[in-house]
Amino acid sequence: MSISVLLSILVTSLATYLSRFLGVLSSLKIKETSKIFRWFNCLAYATLAALIARTIIFPAGALLDASYLSRFLVVLLSLGVFFMTKKNFVYPTVFSAISIGVINNFF
Amino acid sequence: MIKKEFFLKGYKSILKPDSPAIALACCFVAIGALLKNIGFNIQESVLSTVLIYALPGSLVMAESILVGASLLSIFIAVWFVNARLYPMAVSLFPLMMDESQPKWKYYLSCHFIAVSAWLIMKSDYETVKKKDRVDFWIGIGSATLSVSVLATALGFYLADHLNKDMLMGLAILNPIYFTCMMVGAMKTLQITLSVLLGAILGPVFYFFSPEWSILLGGLIAGSISFLIGEKNVN
Repeated sequence: MSISVLLSILVTSLATYLSRFLGVLSSLKIKETSKIFRWFNCLAYATLAALIARTIIFPAGALLDASYLSRFLVVLLSLGVFFMTKKNFVYPTVFSAISIGVINNFF
Repeated sequence: MIKKEFFLKGYKSILKPDSPAIALACCFVAIGALLKNIGFNIQESVLSTVLIYALPGSLVMAESILVGASLLSIFIAVWFVNARLYPMAVSLFPLMMDESQPKWKYYLSCHFIAVSAWLIMKSDYETVKKKDRVDFWIGIGSATLSVSVLATALGFYLADHLNKDMLMGLAILNPIYFTCMMVGAMKTLQITLSVLLGAILGPVFYFFSPEWSILLGGLIAGSISFLIGEKNVN
């Protein structure tokens, strides 16, 4: 194991753990019925939605190979599958993986 | 110590028909393949998933190593990218804080905070009494981490056999799965607004500051949704 890679992993894990740990420390003083808890609940859902939207609209890595239109279409069609299958999570997920390559060949 | 009954109940949540196991595994297969391509060996790839266990953080680390970034810049970049874990922790841990449980369980198990485990816990926590929820959470986290580690190793060994379409399919799985989970969670005005506004403002802020877009988008969208929701209830 090279030292630089090992150090990079350790530094990355420390930076990641820091946010988690600070979150737990803050939680010690917050009640689940408080307003601040509801505010953080909104922040968490909004941040996740921002992250997912950014991943689809401004992707990094392999998704860069798919065109903007094909990504957009896959999201719309997958949400259609989600509602048609009574909000099952697996069918739209599998559908998206199979369809992205096919749709990308057309758009 | 950890109650086996609740730990196993949490661990088995990954086996449900609509669990995030498949989407989660596919993402870490892609990460395993990526790490091999940038020169990690199998031990380094697996260790990185065990210790980091956050996809965007791993991606930033991989990109930083490729461009030869310093350790300090890796630390700051990863901290920014993974800062979303702070509100996720604050919106989850008060649900399982109990006087009868030792603090070390909370300090160690916060390592399991990631989108998949967080969403499972958020939808299932009411099935367990508050004093046992941390054991249930440790079970969920152990299960999702186990899947991630196995998938990273699989991705590492499959790296040479994955073509462009396959990698694209693996990459789209996770955002689609989480989009569906978020849409499924839109049951109150506050959460619905948070998800919709977050999805709009995150990409909008990307034009002004790619580094801060997620945090700024989340902060503003979440705060507006909270205020509208509170006013509506009052």
